[in-house]
Parts: sequence; C-alpha cells; structure tokens
Amino acid sequence: MSDGDGAAATPLLTLYGVNTHIGPYHILQGVDLEVPRGSLTMLLGRNGAGKTTTLRTIMGLWHASAGAVRFDGADITAWATPDIAQAGIAYVPENMGIFADLTVRENLLLAARSGPIDETRLRWIFSLFPALEKFWSLAAGVLSGGQKQMLAVARAIVEPRKLFLIDEPTKGLAPAVIANMIAAFRELKKSSGATILVVEQNFLFAKSLGDAVAVMDNGRIVHSGSMAALAEDHDLQHRLLGLSLASHQ
Amino acid sequence: MSDVAAKPGEAPAAAPADKAPAKPALPARRRDLAPLLLLPVLALVALPLVGSLSTWATLTLSGLAMGMIIFIIASGLTLVFGLMNVLNFGHGAFISVGAYAAAVLAPALTGLMRADALALNLVALLALIALAMAVTAVIGYAFERAIIMPVYGQHLKQILVTVGGLIVAEQLIVAVFGPVQIPLLLPAAFRGSVIFGDVAIERYRLIAVVVGLAIFIAMLLVLNRTRIGLLIRAGVENGEMVEALGYHIRRLFVGVFMAGSALAGLGGVMWGFYREQLTPGMGMDVMVLVFIVVVIGGLGSVGGCFIGSLLVAVMANYTGFLAPKLALGSNILLMAAILLWRSRGLYPVTQR
Amino acid sequence: MSPLRAVLSGDPPRTPALATILAAILFGLAFAPFLFPGTAALNVSAKICYFVVLAASYDLLLGYTGIVSFAHTMFFGIGGYGAGLALYSFGPSWSAILVGTLAALVLAVALALIVSLFSLRVRALFFAMITLAVASAFSILASQLSSFTGGEDGRTFRLPETLRPSFHLLTEPFAVNGRILAYYLVFFAALILFLLMLRVVNSPFGRVLQAIRENEFRAEALGYRIVVYRSLASCLAAAAAALAGVLSALWLRYTGPAVTLSFDIMLDILLMVVIGGMGTLYGAVIGATLFVLAESYLQNLMAMVSQATAQVPLVSLIFHPDRWLLWLGVLFVLSVYFFPTGIAGRLMTKR
Repeated sequence: MSDGDGAAATPLLTLYGVNTHIGPYHILQGVDLEVPRGSLTMLLGRNGAGKTTTLRTIMGLWHASAGAVRFDGADITAWATPDIAQAGIAYVPENMGIFADLTVRENLLLAARSGPIDETRLRWIFSLFPALEKFWSLAAGVLSGGQKQMLAVARAIVEPRKLFLIDEPTKGLAPAVIANMIAAFRELKKSSGATILVVEQNFLFAKSLGDAVAVMDNGRIVHSGSMAALAEDHDLQHRLLGLSLASHQ
Repeated sequence: MSDVAAKPGEAPAAAPADKAPAKPALPARRRDLAPLLLLPVLALVALPLVGSLSTWATLTLSGLAMGMIIFIIASGLTLVFGLMNVLNFGHGAFISVGAYAAAVLAPALTGLMRADALALNLVALLALIALAMAVTAVIGYAFERAIIMPVYGQHLKQILVTVGGLIVAEQLIVAVFGPVQIPLLLPAAFRGSVIFGDVAIERYRLIAVVVGLAIFIAMLLVLNRTRIGLLIRAGVENGEMVEALGYHIRRLFVGVFMAGSALAGLGGVMWGFYREQLTPGMGMDVMVLVFIVVVIGGLGSVGGCFIGSLLVAVMANYTGFLAPKLALGSNILLMAAILLWRSRGLYPVTQR
Repeated sequence: MSPLRAVLSGDPPRTPALATILAAILFGLAFAPFLFPGTAALNVSAKICYFVVLAASYDLLLGYTGIVSFAHTMFFGIGGYGAGLALYSFGPSWSAILVGTLAALVLAVALALIVSLFSLRVRALFFAMITLAVASAFSILASQLSSFTGGEDGRTFRLPETLRPSFHLLTEPFAVNGRILAYYLVFFAALILFLLMLRVVNSPFGRVLQAIRENEFRAEALGYRIVVYRSLASCLAAAAAALAGVLSALWLRYTGPAVTLSFDIMLDILLMVVIGGMGTLYGAVIGATLFVLAESYLQNLMAMVSQATAQVPLVSLIFHPDRWLLWLGVLFVLSVYFFPTGIAGRLMTKR
C-alpha cells in the first residue's frame, strides 16, 4: 500500500491475516482489519474473542505468528514495542498500566517522551479530567478506579499521537464515570482528529462514540462496517453480540 | 527539573501544583511508616538484654556500620531483580572481585595509606573504590551479556547459571591469589576509636556509616529526581508498560546490572577493610545475609533494602553478643517473622 | 506387562542407547567387588550408589515438582548424622542403626514439611533464597553443637560386626568379608530406593506433580491442591535424601559437616541432576556416576596436565588438581546452555 495523493483515504492501520499463538493456544486466526484515518473504530465481541490479543499484537507485546500489520505506510509486524510506540501509537491497556508508586505528575512525565509536558496540552487534559489536577502530586495508587482510567487516557494524549489503542476504558466503572468518559472521548475526537481504536464490551458506549465498528469472534473479524448501520440493524446486533440495544443501558 | 514548558511569549506559568486547591478532602499520602519503627523497636528491646549502655551503643553502632556495607551490596541485587526479574546468585563473586582488586592496588598506595592524615587516607580509599567499581562494572557487563542474557525469563536456568558463575569466579580467585587469606590493612587514620564518654566507636565504622548513607542518598536522588530513575522505578513496577510508552528498557538493564555489580564491588572493598582480611569465599559468606536482607526488604525496593540491612546487621550483632550460636538462626527467624507479617517483604514494589 | 517393565514401574529407558548405558552401570555396580578389586574402586562404587539416591531424590524435587531448593543437603546430613550419632552413642548394633534412621526420617520429614508449608506464602525465587539461608544456618548449628555432633571434625564410629572387614562370610570361591557385605547393603538399599522413586513418579501422584510443574494455574483450576502435592513431594524427597545419608554414614563409618552439609555437595547434586537430565530419574543415575567417576579420576588427569604445563604460569595454575571445582563450574554453565535436557534427555530423544 503506497502513500500518495490518496493518503488521507488509506487506512492508518491495517491488519492482514494476522495470526497469534500464545503458547499452544491459537488465539488470532486470521484477523483482517482496517482502521480508517481520523475515525473512532470500535472493536466489539464477547469475552475471549481475541480483542485484547489483537491490540497487544499491534503493539508488539505479542508477536504475530503469521500475517502483517501495517501502520502509516510501514510494516510494523516484527518491530519491538518501544519502536512501535515511537512510531506514534499510544496504548491504554485493559488494566490501565498505571504506575502506582509514581505520582500523577510522574506518570504523565514518563509518557511525555520529548521532555517537559506542554503547558497548553496540560490545561486541556485538566479540563477533560479535573481530578488529575487535584491529585497531581499524589501517588497514582491512591486514585480511584475511574481516576486511574482517566490518568491512563491522559498519558496517551499528553503528546500528539497518530493512533490510540484503548482496551475496555469503561470496564468496572460506575455509569456516571462512564458518562464522563464519553464526554472526554468526544472532546478528544473533536479537537485532536486522531485515529482511535477502542475495544469495548459496553455497546451503549460504543454506539455513542463509534464511527466504524468491527466485531470479533473466535479470533476473526466477523463483521465490519459503520456504527450507524449496526445501530439500526437490531437483528444483526442480536446475531453478532447476542443482545439488543435496549438491554444494554 | 521543570516539567511544564511555558509557551514562548507567555509569562512562565506557575507549576500546576501551586494551583491545586488545598482541600482537606485529598486522600492521605498513605505513608507506610510501620517498617521504619522496626529498627528502633529492636534496639530498645535489646537494651535491657544487653545490660550496659556503653556495650549496647557499641553493638548498635557497629551493627549500623555493617548494615550500611550490606546495604551497599544488597541494593544492587534488589534493583537488578526488581527491574530485570533476574536473580543473580553470582552477586557474591563481585564482592570478592572488588575486594581483591583493592588488594592488588593497595600496595601502590602505601604512602597515602600509611600517612596519619584523614584526607590522604580518604583519597586512597576513594582510589581503591574507584578501581574496584570499574573492574566489577566491566565484569558485570560481560556477565550480563554472556551468562545472563541467554537465559532471560527462565528462572531455573538463571539460578543455575549464576551459581555456576559464582563457583568459577571464586575458583579463579583461588587460582590466582591462593586459598589462604590476604590481609588488607586499614589506612592509618582510620584505625582506632573515637571516645564518647563510656562508648568507644571505631573510626572506620563511622566512615562506613558515612559512605553507606552517602550511597543511599545518592540512590534516592537518582531514583527520584532523574528521568533514568523514573524509568527504573516505573520499570520495576511494570516493564511492559514502560516499553509501550516508547522506551527501550532492555538497554537500561545492562546499565543497571553494571551499576549493581559496581555497588557489590564497592561493598567488597568496604567489607574487606572491615574484616582487614580477604578470603576467596568472602563474597559467598556475606551473600546469605544479603539474601535475607533482600527478602525482608521486598524485591526491588531500595528503602526496604536499607531498613532490612540495618535490621539484619544490628540483630546479628546483638545475638552475636548475647547468644553467639544463634546469630544466623536469629536472622532467619527475623525473616520468617517479617514474611508472616508482609509476605512479599516490607515494601514490595514489583508486581511479581 | 513384562516383569521387567513392572519392576521399572512402566517407565523403562526409552532408547537402546540409554538402556545399554544404564545396564552397564547396574552391572558394574552389582559386581563391583569382583570386577574392580581394591578399596579405592569399591569406595567409588559405594559413593556412586548413595549419590544416585541423593541425586534422584533431588530430581524428584527439581525435575518433577519444579521446586528449586538449596536445602537438600540438609536432609542428607540429617540422615548421616542420625545413623552416625546413633552408632556413636549407642554402640555398633543394628538396633542403633534402626533407631538412628527412624529419628533421621522423622526429623527430615518434619523439617521438609515446615519449609514447604512456609513456601506457600512466598514466591519461587524467595523460596530458593530462603532454603539457602536455612541450610547455612543448619550447617553452622551442626558445627557449633560440637559436644553432640563432634563439630567440624564429625564423628567416627564402628559398624555392627557383620559389616566389619574382619567378618568373613565366605572364603571360597571368593573372599566375602564384612566390607563387601556392607557394600551390598548399600547397593541393594540404593537400588530399592531408586525403584521406589521410579514408582512414585509414575504413579497418579507423580503425574499430578508433573502437571503442576507444567502449568500451576491449570492444575489448581482442575482441583488439585498444589500445596498438598508439593509438600508431599518435598517430604518424600527429604526422606529419600535422609536415607541416602544413612547409607553414606554406614559406608564411610564417619559423619561430619564436610561430607554431608557443605554447600559444595549441594552444588554437586545440582550438577549431577542438570547434566544427567532433569525430570527423568535415570538422568540422576548417569549424572551421579559420571560425576563421582570424574571426581575420583579426573583429578589424576588434571595433575598430569598441570605438571606438563608447569612452564606456562596461568595455565598450570588453572589445571592444578585442586582447581577441580573451577572446571565443574564451567561444565555446569555449559551444560545449562547446551544440554538443557541433560544426557539422559539427549539420549531419549535420539530417533
């Protein structure tokens, strides 16, 4: 896939037939995925479908045993994780990956690879997540679950990045905090124009934010398309996700 | 270090911390202070048992001195484990190598060492330390690349291979220096004691305490005030996440391993002077105590290691005086007791 | 199942190469007094016998259960001291041996139980370090309780009359004296113990141990209480090690810290199991035989090389027979890298 005048139209991230084995287990069995530039793509699927494994494979934390991952014109399949991160991908893992012994400030500082944190950016982060300003000098371990999640997202956005990989940002969060998170993501989408790939189980969250959607099952993508279309088609929802919108409030 | 850059043209903004509203609703910093009390408690309990205040003071102070030396040695081991998940059973070899390196250089510095001037003696000591640290750092590099790197992540093999390395190193020392002990005499001005009333404190022990404290403070400064320290602390907690943030943490490993080896070398020099003699097995002798310290302190925690070292050394001194046959056993009981209280050590940092 | 397979608990050596080597070792040991005349050769053979038991017991722990412990020589020492001190204190009688052995077994199993229950709360690497500390403490304790244990010098004692060289069972067609009887006692005891361990690792219990070693979480999820199995394995291994200690005392007519509790012996066992092949038990046989033979005869070789290279300074020093341990260490490291499955493992996978 060459870049050219159609650069804006080519997906920022593409997975071609990615297979991943973890020990004897064949988790990803040929994942084909395209993440369009500047969109927010939701990756849905039931537990064990391979969503987290997909993100980790993109990030190089697990290496694909077959297939290819292309990011922004480069084949990053065999790259080491730090190089993948330096290419402009930010990763927010399922368990948030917060350094509990480091302060909020130090967590953000670590994420700001090029040195001091940009003032304007920090203001913006504080406007999205006021709690972080409040707990600036405290060890991140004392934050509540929702606040840790905010810190994890803040770390990802502390410097400009091309692609965000976010794994289940609403897991275990109270509905009010989720609403807060939705607002923050909307703001992020609007002001940064970045490309975001979110793994989610909460369909309401997915529906309210997603532009594109891909559904995984058994290590493969079984559906991809626009979120709007999926939101309309209740039968399809039921088939793919075993649910209807009404039951997921 | 300033971590917020002001935009050009604007007045520098005040650090956000100043703007944080100082509401009483902030959660407490949850300072875990209980372990800090262990040492004073132990000392106080020992006082009536020992009986005389002056003996108690002597024992306590020499315990502190020994503890500092053990801390210097153990800190390298615990950081290496915390960061790299590598348990180097061969750490003892670096202690011996450092001490013997100093013994090799010492004759060249007799002038400085015989002079009864503290400053000159300190220069000699620093020179010996510098050499020992340089030698052990280089050997540490070779050790990490050749012996440890091939078996990253395989704990069983690591244990076996590093034990093997320890044997080889010790035997090489015997081959070169012979199996009998070599003297390493203290410089002139380090000898003797300083008298405070009833209590006599050996000069060298005071120096050991000072050196140990200096190392501890230096480590704390590096860990808490520099970016590398930040990387190390974060890496100890979650190395994978640090990589996902874009840092080649494995490149840091070699550096930390070299630093740990150099610290062991430094500890070896101090330990050699403490006993005023070197034996090929001296590194291994100390390692049992070092392991106990590392277990007590919590793998990866410099603070825990510090407290643990002092506890173990002071305990060894008290029981050495009160019931010599139980000295090592008492430390094992101490370790068991602490593990029953906190099963991963006083300040467990790592997720492992 | 043929009788041979039954005796080997259905786990015979899997390739002809391995079987031949093992058969040769068995044959050599069985007929040692007649094949290799002289006390030195008999000493080597007996040493091989009880080290096979000791190494096999460590393989049970390390290779089958996956526990890294540096305290194993402690149990060996308990066995040696148990029998030795009993013979020393109560005089040379069979009942003394029995009492000493039983006491040693009880102490060894009790200690193993305490140590393994403690391992509940700590991680594997912690455990390894803790066993190191415990073993050191025990060794120091044994040296210091010198009025009881004889301190650094240990204790010599006499064996019951039938086992003494002065006792003659037969003079025709071969001379069979008490020493040879003692040898056969050691040999058959070692053989039986080894076969018993083979039975244990091939029993359902043994298979669970291997399952735990492979994947702890899975085993636990399947309902096996890891703690119980690990503790039992530790106790069994400790008991076997103690019995090996008893055998060593009976043969050497001496017990002391240098031959039982020293860390060198711990390293020797590690080497035997790793080079021989972990998790096979037969590996322990090969490792122990190789090691003891090398220890006894390699030093002569090294002495020759050392003298031959006397002109070259450093080389001569390195080949000095006392530097035996140096080469041990190098071999140890190399075998961990290049022979991870050990000799037995290599032989078993040759197709």
